[in-house]
Amino acid sequence: MKIRLFLFALLLFSKSFSQDLLNGKVSFINNENKLIPLEGVSIYWQESSVGVISDVNGNYSIPFIKSTNLLVFKMLGFKEDVVTINKIINYDHILTNESNNLDEVVVSKRKNTIQKSYFKTQNIVNVSSDELLKAACCNISESFETNPSIDVSYSNAITGVKQVRMLGLESPYLLITEENIPMVRGASQVFGLSFIPGTWVESMQITKGTGSVVNGFESISGQINVELKKPINDSPIFLNLFSSDMGRNEMNFDLNKKINERINTGFFLHLNENNSIHDHNSDGFLDHPKSKGFNIFNRWQYTNTDKGVVGFLGFRFMKDEKDSGEDVDNMKVKRLPWLSEINTNRFDSNFKLGYVNPKIPYQSVGFQMAYSNHKQESFFGLRNYNIKQNSFYSNFIYNSIIGNTLNKFKAGLNYSYDDFEEFIDADKTIYNRVDKSIGSFFEYSYDSLEKLSLVAGLRYDFHNNLGSFFTPRFHIRYQPLEKSVFRFSIGSGRKSSNIFSENQGLFSTGRKIYIDNNSGNFYGLESEKAWNYGISFRQGFFLNNQEGDITIDYYVTDFENQVVVDWEKQGELHFYNLEGKSFAKSFQIELDYQISNTIILKSAYKNYIVKKQYNSGFKQNPLTPKNRFFTNIDFSSKLNKKGSFWRYDITYNWVGKQRLPLHSMHSSLVSLNGFSPSYNLINTQLTRVFSSRFEVYIGGENIGNYTQKNPILDSKKPFGINFDSSLIYAPIHGSLIYIGLRLKL
Amino acid sequence: MKYLFVLLFFIGSFVYSQEIDHKTTNTSFKVSGVCDMCKLRIEKGTVKIKGVKYASWDIDSNNLSIIYNSKKINLDNIHKKISELGHDTEIHKANEKVYKSLPECCYYKTLTIH
Repeated sequence: MKIRLFLFALLLFSKSFSQDLLNGKVSFINNENKLIPLEGVSIYWQESSVGVISDVNGNYSIPFIKSTNLLVFKMLGFKEDVVTINKIINYDHILTNESNNLDEVVVSKRKNTIQKSYFKTQNIVNVSSDELLKAACCNISESFETNPSIDVSYSNAITGVKQVRMLGLESPYLLITEENIPMVRGASQVFGLSFIPGTWVESMQITKGTGSVVNGFESISGQINVELKKPINDSPIFLNLFSSDMGRNEMNFDLNKKINERINTGFFLHLNENNSIHDHNSDGFLDHPKSKGFNIFNRWQYTNTDKGVVGFLGFRFMKDEKDSGEDVDNMKVKRLPWLSEINTNRFDSNFKLGYVNPKIPYQSVGFQMAYSNHKQESFFGLRNYNIKQNSFYSNFIYNSIIGNTLNKFKAGLNYSYDDFEEFIDADKTIYNRVDKSIGSFFEYSYDSLEKLSLVAGLRYDFHNNLGSFFTPRFHIRYQPLEKSVFRFSIGSGRKSSNIFSENQGLFSTGRKIYIDNNSGNFYGLESEKAWNYGISFRQGFFLNNQEGDITIDYYVTDFENQVVVDWEKQGELHFYNLEGKSFAKSFQIELDYQISNTIILKSAYKNYIVKKQYNSGFKQNPLTPKNRFFTNIDFSSKLNKKGSFWRYDITYNWVGKQRLPLHSMHSSLVSLNGFSPSYNLINTQLTRVFSSRFEVYIGGENIGNYTQKNPILDSKKPFGINFDSSLIYAPIHGSLIYIGLRLKL
Repeated sequence: MKYLFVLLFFIGSFVYSQEIDHKTTNTSFKVSGVCDMCKLRIEKGTVKIKGVKYASWDIDSNNLSIIYNSKKINLDNIHKKISELGHDTEIHKANEKVYKSLPECCYYKTLTIH
């Protein structure tokens, strides 16, 4: 009764706003090329309850509503059409037979490439592969520049890898999973995202705030899940070529083959190489490393819909080499050059099996298993750093319901094993560690299919180094009106502290490393623990007959334990347990608006207060801008008859001032007064889609050509104590132009 | 001891869910409707009937597949409750007054399917 009343009220509501009627006639063309009126066609405004049916003569008359301009024509045996109608006119429509495969041009609503749901309980943003195309190059770590939820910061001049942050916290505080298997962690923390080629990705899900208990206890400020392409629905042959004027060349080549009705296989190859030498700021150091690498992935998919079984088996091997440091050939003084090399080998294999009872579709069982071996051998000047990690992960999940499908639950078990072997020669130490944990979880979710839904999860883990503990996580969503939704979440998370692998950028400095505690299980330090809670409000609106929404988020991460990475003191790098407060408060207001049928605007303002207690005082984290502004405009022209169109997008980022430690020690920083200047960044890209099979793109990064003047401090004395390549607040290299193509067969 | 606790936590929830699945019956029948709006109405309305565990309605075939606990409710009663939502089933017809209150796009009676 309530539902009916609600719908009825909705109907009245929409009607009361729209006394005006849109009239027209629906017909189709028969075999003799005659126009025949169609009776019984469903005509309704998309995502509304306002709809009518055409009469015997094909005539219809529908109330004009303000909430949408998309009118749907639907009839069994005919192709469904969606038409944009902006003003009251007489609109006659011709439906086509489903069997007629005409190259008809259908104007439809543009699918937003970043999708936020009104219905999901968690604050999850889905990023489609189309969105990833906006940042044509090249791997996942570079693909977030067009996404307002994630910030990209510049890491040091030596490694050249971009780091991601969410809610003001660095990537170690995020859980990064590949198809729900924890992936970028431990030894691969810094480079892991750059080892996932962008073209392998089908979609990404970004969860803000505390995650689900299903994937473990590690997520603190959020989760990024990457779904890779599935051989069963990927194109048989795919080729992507990329080249930039900075000398970077990349190639992706994918093959997918159907072996039989049940088995499909995919073979993915990625190659990259950059042999060029650039030193635009003339500090004697390369602006970006010389690099080469490859990445091969073979995956098998088994699908048996009759029995409800899906299985995946994958093997992957990658190798990456980076060389950087001083430009040896053009050195002006005769002395030992400062050089750096990072070589990585990684092998991954994973197995997944899912079973859905065909008779009882709400019951399913999933099993995942993954093994990886990660090896990095590197040196940074005179400092050597090697790390080996063997990792095993398994997860068993059982899904079912309590009473009916409005009440669902997931229950399961995890086991994970990691062994680390690290060698760092600054203090001539070998660190060996084994992390083992077994945990079990239960997650209940309730969905009223209306205003309210919630997810409550609890897990209990026994970990050899973290101890045994509960991890509770709770999400609730309340949607009082069709276009308004509130979300609240709270939960805890913990992690091992892999201080060296997570802070490799600080190796390229003359700093001496100090670990100030010695009683903990991690290099003498304690593990990290935090609570995250936050609210989010989203309001949809219609302006000028176009859809848009405003989202306001406020999240707080409160650390109970944290390893403080302190480089406030000249020549020293300290790691110590937090004593006192540490928090990250993030506020974000975001606007999404479809300006016209071809243009989508996204804009966001972000404010981060990330403070912790250092030995030298309570301060904002260094190199963490308090304010950021983001705008992305995405233009897509209409399809012409041959299926070709243009796609264009431009991203503008304003990055506010950032606190710089040690400003008084370096002559080049004194004038900055302890804060970096704010700056603007513009990236843009133009794509010509010739057909669904072939497209060519050209783009520019940092086209305003803003660069940091002195990225390396004391670059003339690289073996001295004041040498520092970690104070990077802006791009090191200026504008960059790239071109590329994509071919699908 | 700790491992045992983890295991019990898991087995407990597993056993509980298995136990409730003994008395389930699968069936499917035709329910009249035309659009996505109807789909939402029918599925939401059906799954909220006490004893019904699962409901899925297909627009093209008008077939409603349900799983229910036959000890809690009989099939005739389910048909009746669905017809009260305004949608005809093979056994019970919807009350004219309720039918009239349906969203206009759900007026399946005036629609002729080819």
